[in-house]
Amino acid sequence: MANLQQNSNNPKASYEYRRKKHAEEMRMQVITFTMMIFFTVIAFAAVGAGFSKWFIIPFVLLLAVVQVIFQLYYFMHMSHKGHEAAQLFMYSGVLVGFITILTFLTIIWW
Amino acid sequence: MSTIAHTQKRGFAGTVWEYLTTVDHKKIAILYLLAGGFFFIVGGIEAMMIRIQLAVPNNDFVSAGLFNEIITMHGTTMIFLAAMPLLFAFMNAVMPLQIGARDVAFPFINALGFWLFFFGGLFLNLSWFLGGAPDAGWTSYASLSLASEGHGIDFYALGLQISGFGTLMGGINFLVTIINMRAPGMTYMRMPLFTWTTFVASALILFAFPPLTVGLFMLIFDRMFGSGFFDVAMGGNTIIWEHFFWIFGHPEVYILVLPAFGIFSEIFPTFSRKRLFGYSSMVFATVLIGFLGFMVWAHHMFTTGLGPIANAIFAVATMAIAVPTGIKIFNWIMTIWGGSIQFTVPMLYAIAFIPSFVMGGVTGVMQAAAPADYQLHDTYFIVAHFHYVIVGGIVLGLIGGAHFYWPLMFGTMLSEKLGKITFVLFLVGFHLTFFIQHFLGLMGMPRRVWTFLPGQGLETGNLISSIGAAFMAVGIIIMLINIVITQKNNVQVGRDPWKDGRTLEWALPSPTPFYNFKQLPLVRGLDPFWIEKMEGKTEMTPAEPIGDIHMPNNSFIPFVISLGLFIAAFGAMYQMDDKAWAIPVLVIGMAVTFGAMLVRSIKDDHGFHIHKEDLLEEDGKGGTR
Amino acid sequence: MAAEQKFTQQTWPESPEQATLEGKNKFLGFWLFLGGETVLFASLFATYLALKDSVPSDSHAKATDLFELPLVFLMTMLLLTSSLTSVFAMYHMKNYNFKKMQTWLFITVALGLGFLGCEIYEFNHYYHEYKHTFTSSAFGSAFYTLVGFHGGHVVFGLSWIIALMIRNARRGLNLYNAPKFYLASLYWHFIDVVWVFIFTVVYLMGMVG
Ligand code: HEM
Ligand SMILES: [Cu+2]
Repeated sequence: MANLQQNSNNPKASYEYRRKKHAEEMRMQVITFTMMIFFTVIAFAAVGAGFSKWFIIPFVLLLAVVQVIFQLYYFMHMSHKGHEAAQLFMYSGVLVGFITILTFLTIIWW
Repeated sequence: MSTIAHTQKRGFAGTVWEYLTTVDHKKIAILYLLAGGFFFIVGGIEAMMIRIQLAVPNNDFVSAGLFNEIITMHGTTMIFLAAMPLLFAFMNAVMPLQIGARDVAFPFINALGFWLFFFGGLFLNLSWFLGGAPDAGWTSYASLSLASEGHGIDFYALGLQISGFGTLMGGINFLVTIINMRAPGMTYMRMPLFTWTTFVASALILFAFPPLTVGLFMLIFDRMFGSGFFDVAMGGNTIIWEHFFWIFGHPEVYILVLPAFGIFSEIFPTFSRKRLFGYSSMVFATVLIGFLGFMVWAHHMFTTGLGPIANAIFAVATMAIAVPTGIKIFNWIMTIWGGSIQFTVPMLYAIAFIPSFVMGGVTGVMQAAAPADYQLHDTYFIVAHFHYVIVGGIVLGLIGGAHFYWPLMFGTMLSEKLGKITFVLFLVGFHLTFFIQHFLGLMGMPRRVWTFLPGQGLETGNLISSIGAAFMAVGIIIMLINIVITQKNNVQVGRDPWKDGRTLEWALPSPTPFYNFKQLPLVRGLDPFWIEKMEGKTEMTPAEPIGDIHMPNNSFIPFVISLGLFIAAFGAMYQMDDKAWAIPVLVIGMAVTFGAMLVRSIKDDHGFHIHKEDLLEEDGKGGTR
Repeated sequence: MAAEQKFTQQTWPESPEQATLEGKNKFLGFWLFLGGETVLFASLFATYLALKDSVPSDSHAKATDLFELPLVFLMTMLLLTSSLTSVFAMYHMKNYNFKKMQTWLFITVALGLGFLGCEIYEFNHYYHEYKHTFTSSAFGSAFYTLVGFHGGHVVFGLSWIIALMIRNARRGLNLYNAPKFYLASLYWHFIDVVWVFIFTVVYLMGMVG
């Protein structure tokens, strides 16, 4: 089976371009990371400050979801091309998982 | 480095070694067929014992405790160790060929999946000889299974855990194979229905097995390591097990029945000499069933007190599944309609499947009405329902599929005459056994009951049911004889033995070369082989020139990894008896497994190449066509 | 052998992890596996939420008694940072800079070990201070199973990365091992994803009762 994928046109010319693209992407990753740290600090601060639980719970959950989206789409590159199947199966997994959690919160009791 | 010499004769020990180390999907298929067939017979013997015990009232053929063990092992064996592996056998044998692939995506993982299943099944069945089998039903509800004495339930939990890992790997392997390895031109909407159903069933495996894994871990922890998930005295809750079991369990029934649907969807067009009616709606229905399959599990728990709202939601969702299923039934009927029909053995099974499965579906919808289910639950009506879908759907598919694909897997053709005798005996026996059980259930005979009293109107029904079971047993025995005779005579039937093969697997020479396709075929539409035949060709048009073919090396590591877990399971189980050797055994077993995994990841395995020259030379010799 | 072929920075392909069919298959297979892992952890979270604070008697510790913010915050920072350092490692992998990749992987491993140390300290603390164990209550079972499964993933991920680093230390990058490094880093990110939900759902929400 063909082992090597066709490499994009002229390797030498695209090399510089690729490096630049990687560097740009890296900058993006660092920004993402900063925001993730920021969200984490706010979440901990909200709990530390002792706000009402009716505010804290939805708030920290929202922050967690946003942070995870960052992680998936930037750190794990799910935003890149070629991740369609990965997305389909991750979302399906999230859906099944969500239904499970919903059930366990609603129809399991004493 | 082995090349084409692969196909040459070798001694008995050589053959055994070849199968212990093989990573070829066609050989793994045969392993699945053998192991699954063996467990099918074991489960069948257990079924016969159940029916003998229940043939007459107040019988004491087996004791009550043993009876519980037998029904538990019958259900567990049939679902996990017979039906699933047999379907995996066909998936392995057929699917890669149908999409025009040289191999599956992960040949090594494929072998690992088989050996995990095999050792898990072996472990589970060893319980018979090591102090008693599990006895809490195949559902193993926690309130019952925590109270069960001895090690039966431990065998169940550990054995299923090991074989479940294997199944999960198999599922991922099939998914990646289908997504990444299709031949040029084989778009998603040109994939044969069996490939589609394999795809959806594998996706269901991927999402349904993790909840089972978690549930089994909790059962293992509760029984062997003192945790309290299901122990009410520690604050636990037994309903958690039921949810996990059925979040897995309902998708599981579709994991089983969808591939059977796929087999029928191949048989109908072949022997009607017509393309499958409503192909796209078939695909759509398959995907929809897979999706809805995850939304309905609580219909198994209507009577646990989920409350009216939950019951209503799950009732409606369950009934909705009947819609895509109905679409499929009508499409099959329309495929036969007006075709030039050949009543071969596979076609007979396919035709018998339609009314049989519909009856199971109808009782399913009856049970889906939650208030009605309060009456039906845990009676023989349920037993009748799920046997109508499981036997009438899956087992008919397996036997029909075995006849249909036998020439592909072994190059020989099972006798049509014996096949028809088996068919009649099995079908008559099946309806005799299970139809009457609907009425036994309605009359109040509870499920999983050891015996019953005379004078309550249950005698005749149970006797008829037992007689039917004997018919099925005789049918299966004749099928085994058929297999032995056929393999003994060993009359090779060559390429496209049914003459009307439509899909790629029939375009290959027989026996299939170990590299499958010398040149990847060019797929020009649905039923690609049929298209070429209609244009007067006898072979597929190649999509590439002849070139080197890359093949994976055989490996013994899958066997060792699985063996390690098998050993570790004994340690985990006996440490609860404070046996001094138990913990070391657990550690050694895990060390074997992880050590083998480490070896696998450290030792490079690049496989080997079959060279172009060898392929060309073989062409000159003109192998069996 | 094509997979062993030597490269330069110029000839190294754009997506080395997917440049061979084998790499492509591994890449997809691993994502599917993560889809399954999502369901696995969701099941563990569901159990934890159902059994949270479910103890046999009032003398047993509950979530509000147990958790302390500073330690969890430290653990979170360690793991989040290790996620970034593994991104750096993959950046250098894509630029065919093996040395730098190894360096960043090394830092990732160090941070992961730090996290693991904190976790061991934490469990030990609960055990000695509160008699909160795996077998003390359903709450304990659910807590240790969820957090312990995550910890087990950390251990496995660390072993995997270390094995890869040692195995390839002398031969550098090629198209055979690039997918392996890439997948190990995906796994590491996934561990971080799970931790984000653990610190939110178990610890932060546990603190507010
Ligand atoms: C397609 C293949 C199917 C299979 C293999 C299957 C299998 C099963 C099995 C094994 C049970 C027994 C559960 C127990 O141990 O109590 C069962 C129960 C049930 N099935 Fe099916 N089933 C299938 C189709 C359907 C359909 C199409 C429906 C409805 C539209 C349905 C509705 C139900 C319901 C509601 C129950 C629960 C009965 C009870 O436990 O009270 N099933 N099924
Ligand atoms: Cu169901």
